[in-house]
Amino acid sequence: MSNLVEVRNLRVDAKTDSGRTVEIIRDVSFDIAEGEIVALIGESGSGKTTIALTLMGYTRPGCRIAGGKVTLSGREISNLPEHKRARRRGTEVSYVPQSAAASFNPAHKIMDQVVEVTKIHRLMPIDEARRKAVELFKALALPEPDTIGDRYPHQVSGGQLQRLSAAMALIGDPKLVIFDEPTTALDVTTQIEVLRAFKSVMKKGAIAGVYVSHDLAVVAQIADRIIVLKNGEIQEVGRTQDILHRPQHPYTRELLEAFEPAPHGRVVDRPVEPEKPLLVVKDIVAGYGRVDETGNPSVKVINKVSFELHRGKNLGIIGESGCGKSTLARVIAGILPAAQGDVLLEGKPLDRDLRRRSRNELRDLQIVFQSADTALNPAKSIADILARPLAFYHGMSGQRRDARIDQLLDMVHLPRSLRHRRPTELSGGQKQRINLARALAADAKLILCDEITSALDTVVAAAILELLKELQREHSLSYLFISHDLSTVRAICDEVVVMYAGEKIEQLSPDIMGSEAGHPYSRLLFSSVPKLDTGWLDGLEQDPHVLQAYSRR
Amino acid sequence: MGAEGSNLRVQGIHYHTSLKGRSMNSPILNLVAERIIVAVVTLLFVAFTIFFATEMLPGDVAEILLGQAATPEAVAGLRTAMNLDEPAVLRFMYWIGNLFTGDLGVSYVNKMPISDLIGGRLVNSLKLAGVTAAISVPIALTLGITAAILRGTIYDRIVSIITIAVISVPEFMVATLAVIVFAVYLGWLPALSMAHEVTSMGGLLKVFAMPVITLSFVISAQMIRMTRAAVLETLNTAYVEMALLKGASRRRMVLHHALPNALGPIVNAVALSLSYLLGGVIIVETIFNYPGIAKLMLDAVSTRDLPLIQSCAMIFCLGYLILITIADLVAIVSNPRLQ
Repeated sequence: MSNLVEVRNLRVDAKTDSGRTVEIIRDVSFDIAEGEIVALIGESGSGKTTIALTLMGYTRPGCRIAGGKVTLSGREISNLPEHKRARRRGTEVSYVPQSAAASFNPAHKIMDQVVEVTKIHRLMPIDEARRKAVELFKALALPEPDTIGDRYPHQVSGGQLQRLSAAMALIGDPKLVIFDEPTTALDVTTQIEVLRAFKSVMKKGAIAGVYVSHDLAVVAQIADRIIVLKNGEIQEVGRTQDILHRPQHPYTRELLEAFEPAPHGRVVDRPVEPEKPLLVVKDIVAGYGRVDETGNPSVKVINKVSFELHRGKNLGIIGESGCGKSTLARVIAGILPAAQGDVLLEGKPLDRDLRRRSRNELRDLQIVFQSADTALNPAKSIADILARPLAFYHGMSGQRRDARIDQLLDMVHLPRSLRHRRPTELSGGQKQRINLARALAADAKLILCDEITSALDTVVAAAILELLKELQREHSLSYLFISHDLSTVRAICDEVVVMYAGEKIEQLSPDIMGSEAGHPYSRLLFSSVPKLDTGWLDGLEQDPHVLQAYSRR
Repeated sequence: MGAEGSNLRVQGIHYHTSLKGRSMNSPILNLVAERIIVAVVTLLFVAFTIFFATEMLPGDVAEILLGQAATPEAVAGLRTAMNLDEPAVLRFMYWIGNLFTGDLGVSYVNKMPISDLIGGRLVNSLKLAGVTAAISVPIALTLGITAAILRGTIYDRIVSIITIAVISVPEFMVATLAVIVFAVYLGWLPALSMAHEVTSMGGLLKVFAMPVITLSFVISAQMIRMTRAAVLETLNTAYVEMALLKGASRRRMVLHHALPNALGPIVNAVALSLSYLLGGVIIVETIFNYPGIAKLMLDAVSTRDLPLIQSCAMIFCLGYLILITIADLVAIVSNPRLQ
């Protein structure tokens, strides 16, 4: 039997802003059999999405197929003129985007967009297409399959939109479906549902798939084979089981190791601290809009959250998107003044509003944001960015300041020569290190880390976590570590606060972040994290009542 | 990036539910009412500004009207008769009150009711504006959208170059050139536009041709550029790429996917351009000696006819506000997120 997809010596060029041409895909060849699901795994910039899109005969603006060929069911697609490629898109090969929320047109109803493929290619009468769409909605376990298509994209949740985009991809009966990181933007509990729906429709229809992802554990649940990519080149190809358990290539091993960072080693002989806690958060209520006379904001985001953090310890705050964890960091930092409650640093109450805190109070408590891209001023050099807190908090100038900047760069393991560069010239990991160095420049006692590894690739994120631990050992820092990623939190925190819908569910040690964790929601959350085990999804059983109670989908 | 995206999405959903929670009686009606209230408040504010700005003009109206030879008694008598010795705020109240009842006052210069003076001129101006809009809006939108569809082609470049050239050339230059070419050399069209002499359809075309061509040039260029930019911006979105990956043609991507989402900015650009037709046509009306309202206002300024100036300014402002409010309403109604 011939292969459904044959990619031979594929090369893709991209034009940079400065007009240079760089090769982003180098000599890639692989096959996909009928009904087989193949995963493309790699970090950002590895070319996985670019390769997947060439299977549709498409390259993003600025890129072009420079060599090789892509053959789909025996007919080459890479050498066709644009209008002939368009004829095969949606019918032979279709696409499920990373962000369904952005890929649905906000101006049209969902049903019109789902059946659009049949309209463009004149596949069937509109009524038949609609009936077929409803069948697909049912197969994808969507609620209210008969009427959900009459809504606009903003009226359904992210997890539902992602499944609706799968319906949109399947309506034209394609032989191959490309999934481009389709669950990356979803919460773990939602991801399970979406993955299950994808898997069942793909198996039922014996449809071949390309699953693009950076997450090995997710891919392990759905793919038959895995292709590991780095810098536009194939590193290793193998059956899923082999890649997970018998990796050959060093890069694959590195990926697997980074997946499960070593748990936070507790120092046994750490003295029991009788002193008062470093940070106390007491009955915080916060939100947006006008605060009424009883002290409740019109949109309440945080409801009566309290916890303590001791010196030299790390506290993790975990929860799904919208649970209020980032808002809590903003409240503690005073960016968003709380409506009720107190924040005490070393026993002294801090003003709720950042603008009324003293310079020393500001210095002791620093915040590092998720996206270094937006947190670093692109017009300033690295030296300028680091000089500012040094001048502001410590009144440093001249040579002393320069020397301190060099020290800070050493501390975050960056070459001193970077000081003259601008943030845009740095990689994502380097930028996050600068972001961290800026917080260190203040000589803070407590650093609020708001999802600081979420935008980074696993290997880079693991290195940042190592750096955080090292800095803590040397400078007696404490971290308040906010993340949606349980393994990250487990790697660095002594205690974990679980949040749901603005409330603190419970506080527990990361050691018992397993099945015996006290609260049903914590159990649901922890059990939803994919494991590097091909049978995990099929074997996973979750209490449907708990699922129902804690789903705001 | 992924996590950031989901945060944004969640905020959007929260916002939406909070909107819903606040008022189930159609948020779109609330928004529309809000826009109309804002328009009325703006109009009052502008009325206030116009009145006191003309108040502050140097010279005493009574003295100007009676001339230098007037006796002080005569001036004082006239001042009393015209309520000029009452406080300005009180006179502002009278004026606003009269405006609302449709009484625009009496011209200082020729003692005619201002509504009579303006009436015919306003109709003339609206005719000119209407014909210009009817011709230039469809042409501008077509050119803007086709340029976006054919981005980067020769066609797109030519449209872009011509629009920039037209924007850069002042309108008196276009108008003067038009007169030289069509009226002087070719002799096809009259150099002056005496609208009241028109009797036949052909005559109407002849009279309007040159002012309309000149004005169309000026306002279309802006609309073409804005339309092209707005459509191109939406063409860069993920949902348009999705349409491409569904096999849609370039034409379908632009007309079906990009255009509905670019409607808000386009309608605003059109409204802004059209508003120019009411107040900003002084040069064109002057050059072609067209008896429109802008020329009337110009004459009123040279004769210090304050009530006439005030009324004209109010009409310009009203026209502008109506256009902008309509544009806002179209943008609101065309956004399903607000329904």
